Amino acid sequence: MGKVLMKGNEAIGEAAIRAGCLNYFAYPITPQSEVAEYLSHRLPEVGGVFLQGESEVAVSYMIFGAAGCGARVLTTSSSPGISLMSEGISYIAGAQCPAVFVNIMRGGPGLGGILPSQADYFQATKGGGHGDYRLLVMAPAGVQEAVEMVMMAFPLAEKYRNPVMILGDGLIGQMMEPVEFPDHLRSEPSNKDEWATNGMDTRKSDKPNIVKTLFLEPNELNEHNLLLHSKYERMKKEEVRYEPYNMDSDYEVLIVSYGTMSRVCRTAIDNLKEEGFEVGMIRPQTLFPFPEKAIKEAASKDSCKAVISIEMSMGQMVEDVERSVLGKRPVKWYGKCGGEVPSPEEIMDVVKSL
Amino acid sequence: MAKTFKRPEALSERPTHYCPGCTHGVIHRLVAEVIDELGVRGRTVGIAPVGCAVLAYNYFTFDFQEAAHGRAPAMATGIKRVRPDLIVFTYQGDGDLASIGMGEIIHAANRGEKFTTIFVNNAVYGMTGGQMAPTTMPGQRTTTSASGRDVDDVGMPIKMAELLSALETPGYIARQTVIKPKYIVRAKKAIKKAFTYQLEGRCFSLVELVSTCPTNWGLTPEEAVKWAEDTLLSYYILGEYKTPE
Repeated sequence: MGKVLMKGNEAIGEAAIRAGCLNYFAYPITPQSEVAEYLSHRLPEVGGVFLQGESEVAVSYMIFGAAGCGARVLTTSSSPGISLMSEGISYIAGAQCPAVFVNIMRGGPGLGGILPSQADYFQATKGGGHGDYRLLVMAPAGVQEAVEMVMMAFPLAEKYRNPVMILGDGLIGQMMEPVEFPDHLRSEPSNKDEWATNGMDTRKSDKPNIVKTLFLEPNELNEHNLLLHSKYERMKKEEVRYEPYNMDSDYEVLIVSYGTMSRVCRTAIDNLKEEGFEVGMIRPQTLFPFPEKAIKEAASKDSCKAVISIEMSMGQMVEDVERSVLGKRPVKWYGKCGGEVPSPEEIMDVVKSL
Repeated sequence: MAKTFKRPEALSERPTHYCPGCTHGVIHRLVAEVIDELGVRGRTVGIAPVGCAVLAYNYFTFDFQEAAHGRAPAMATGIKRVRPDLIVFTYQGDGDLASIGMGEIIHAANRGEKFTTIFVNNAVYGMTGGQMAPTTMPGQRTTTSASGRDVDDVGMPIKMAELLSALETPGYIARQTVIKPKYIVRAKKAIKKAFTYQLEGRCFSLVELVSTCPTNWGLTPEEAVKWAEDTLLSYYILGEYKTPE
């Protein structure tokens, strides 16, 4: 088809349609309202379902209901809205339904700000909602990657019968970049008749399907949690994705950074290379499962003296970096909140000061 | 010998866990009879609430989803929008629908979502042990209003049928009761009418059913029926509040 110049938010909406997801429920919130605006006229063009719900809370349950009856569904929101959806996400994970959530992060806590942030890392990777569940979390670093991750998210959600979250930020949502939509959809076999409430007639069965999360018997609930846990262990084995940058060099410092922040770090690394200072970077593309092994190995290189986690937060991913490095090298952190994306010069100064 | 009365196919054989004098059993049966009569069991999805009927999916023989507290109308919206061919209903108590779920039910009704809601109003929170509900009567003692509901402090009980009827969007809104056989026939008619409107793809439908909760009212089943008839039915007036015509 060729490349099209698209705003991140709109590309994300289009990507869902190209992935065969024709159902979208959402609530407006800056900086991602353009997804809803775009899909409100695009989905009817393709015979899809668009509904602006009355709140993020309601939307998260519309997603649950639709996912539970076997439909591919998407919602998008931003930090405070994702907080509201977190209970619903816990339910969807507990009920083992596939669904795709996109968080275009903004400043927090509370109403915070409308500019980009990366301060929902804990919320996305450590739970957010209550109970023992995890989300498969992917973090794009640009519009093209956002498109690819959204398209991958649906078959992944179905493979694991679990919600998948794309963690973007306001910059990715708002900026315009050339995008190409992949023709080839990655498809996993779907076993929806085994569990979805798509109507007994639809499945030609006399056995009802129940989508639920309540297990009052302690033994049953324990078994259920062991089952969920086994899925997350499988994700750790099969779904880790990361991108190395300048790792062939004898880097003295290893940066771990994701999303928009990683692009700034790239420029900083290129500039520092010209000054004769080698810096490598591991850019996690999945935040859960986290590329622990890759970071540990990268940190262990003889030339590497320090590791630094650079994120637009008060230090959230740094804890996972520490956990990965296991004390082999000192782990530092640099972050900035408020929505101002650090400049390459700022990053260069930080790295040089280590 | 001809069989003249049997368990509806839509009702399972499992004995229910409800208290003596509870109306859930009767209401479950009426819903099951209607589903059988309309021949839609194979394409019905029920949505269970958080409340005494949280295990409702054990008592029916068709697909069910279990909602978070109050969120059933949002879940029903999701299902009905992506699968308009499915017959979808929510089954909710007064805490679920009139307290935490107030936003969801009003907006679903206002959008005219074409599902059916069975609203069981027994003026108290049953499952959690008898706390005050938005539908609790003035002066009624509950575990969180031990001296009786003080309307100067927390206002008057909410009349959901009237509230939802005020919306401009067409819908079918009715209030009946199942506390005595003489009322049950009218209740079933309302439930059947509600589901029929859904089958026709017509509008949102809700049937509020004034119910008894002897356990949390601290009354015997017989006393509970009397109190419901004397006190609840003079405030929650039975009738057809809105039709889509």
